[in-house]
Amino acid sequence: MSDRNTGVIHDIGYQRYEGPRLGRGYARRSLLVHSVRGAYGLGRSAWAKVLPVGILAIACVAALVLVVVNTQLPVEVIDYVGIASTFTFAATAFVAVVAPELVSVDLRGNVLSLYLSRPLRRSDYALTKLAALATATFVMFTAPMLILFLGMAFSTDDGISGVLAEFGGLLLGMLAGAIHAIVLAAIALPFAALSGRRVFATGMIIGIFLVTTPITGALMALSSGPGAQLAGLINPVFLLNGIDAWLFSSVMADVGVYGPIYGLVAAALVAIGTACTVWRYRKVKA
Amino acid sequence: MSADPPGHSVCIVVLIETNALEKRYDNTVTALADLTVTVEPGIVGLVGVNGAGKSTLIKLALGLLAPTGGRIRVLGLDPIADGESVRARVGYMPEHDCLPPDLIAAEFVTHMARVSGLPAAMARERASETLRHVGLYEERYRRIGGYSTGMKQRVKLAQALVHDPELLLLDEPTNGLDPEGRRAMLDLVHRIGSEFGISVVVCSHLLGEIERICTSLVAIDAGRLLRSASLSAMTQHSDLLMVEVDENSDRLAALLSESGLAVRRDNRALLVQLGEDPDTTYDLIRDAVADLDLSLHRLERHRHQVADLFRDLPTAEATHV
Repeated sequence: MSDRNTGVIHDIGYQRYEGPRLGRGYARRSLLVHSVRGAYGLGRSAWAKVLPVGILAIACVAALVLVVVNTQLPVEVIDYVGIASTFTFAATAFVAVVAPELVSVDLRGNVLSLYLSRPLRRSDYALTKLAALATATFVMFTAPMLILFLGMAFSTDDGISGVLAEFGGLLLGMLAGAIHAIVLAAIALPFAALSGRRVFATGMIIGIFLVTTPITGALMALSSGPGAQLAGLINPVFLLNGIDAWLFSSVMADVGVYGPIYGLVAAALVAIGTACTVWRYRKVKA
Repeated sequence: MSADPPGHSVCIVVLIETNALEKRYDNTVTALADLTVTVEPGIVGLVGVNGAGKSTLIKLALGLLAPTGGRIRVLGLDPIADGESVRARVGYMPEHDCLPPDLIAAEFVTHMARVSGLPAAMARERASETLRHVGLYEERYRRIGGYSTGMKQRVKLAQALVHDPELLLLDEPTNGLDPEGRRAMLDLVHRIGSEFGISVVVCSHLLGEIERICTSLVAIDAGRLLRSASLSAMTQHSDLLMVEVDENSDRLAALLSESGLAVRRDNRALLVQLGEDPDTTYDLIRDAVADLDLSLHRLERHRHQVADLFRDLPTAEATHV
């Protein structure tokens, strides 16, 4: 019977590996790719894809609507930086869902002991996870911008120069998106890394974004001049909109002359968030 | 069971070497104290009760913990200073659950291979091969969360083995398994140590279980070395005959003792020292059984003297099961 089988499986036994071992930098890149994929639920269960992909899909549909509105109305209602500003609220929801996904599962399941028994260091793990969250959030910002760019580029009346103008706007928008992504990731990840329970971590992050919103809103409504212009510092979303206003002359916020202060606060948040994440992983049991 | 496995490009004389190694937690709890031991290639059983310091020793060997005193060298390197190169050449299977439930086993092991430094295509190939070696075939495309404890243990072993380490550190690999699963896991560890040619240090609190597959044993208790020796050296001078009869084993024991043999009871069986002249011993037992008109169920050489050497271990399981 076996004579007629052509596809015989030979057990050639255990093979030693003589090839290259690529070390720490490669290990970090592998973890980065794995984490960004995992953030969108790739390679994981269907349920894990629902929220991140859903948010991304809504953002893309919104971008399509904006293309239509922009091309049909005589004035452009939104530009690329405007997308970064308006989509920041959606991005906070995305970060609140994805950050715990990236770190809580590993904390709860003790997966860290497997990473740390490999060439990765504790700080490598912490910084790579931070970079992964920022990258995934950046994709969140960039996808609707690309849709807007395609729509606008195809409907421009100015030929190639119109396309180039749109492309310049896209680059500015991506820069804004990158800043937003880094700041949001640096705020969210340390909180996510505190808890092995995803629900708690998500709750904490949403809490931070939600609780500070009415405070900023009230301050903006009650005071005027400098008080209102500085109120945005309290809430991450307003802070980011303030940065857009300072760096890209966005009309989403009024920061007066305090733009650099917004920049400083954002830089400080990124530094503190990164330090807290690294510090947190010094304490995790291997 | 070859002590010097084939397939090694570099001949490693010593796997783990410690010298007056000490580890205290928070300056209060002493996990290891003054431990000096040399672990040579082969399948090494690291035995001791829970809390004896086995896991601490493993973590010191991986450089996950820093010693508070003394010195440890793994594959000739310092695991703290040369942590990366040590960890690239060592595989580690932790005692506790350490798998993400919502990943597919094949994906997870591939990812772990890449974190260990294997190029992507190689990582994928070795992951499915390693999973096959540990006995996961079509199941490897399912989510780990749906696995039984036995399958999870196999995935844990696969991730430790996937990058072809020179040394495999297994912390209680039979944890949570049923007797059949334990036997399968130990057979697998034995295959890895003998056929695959990878040196293995396997931790267990069940001496009776791992002595079967080990080439040498290291026993620690309360963070101190109790005894370390190769298994053949331990059992060389202590060959025993196990005699089992259906009834009246008391009378047989008495008769054999009268004939000048050293007899000891072990549950239903009698353990008889083989002595200087094995043939005479066999004859004496045969005659005694015939004289008493008993039916002999079993007469075989018994190597489980190791348990006796570790009598100091304060656990019931340390004796032969």
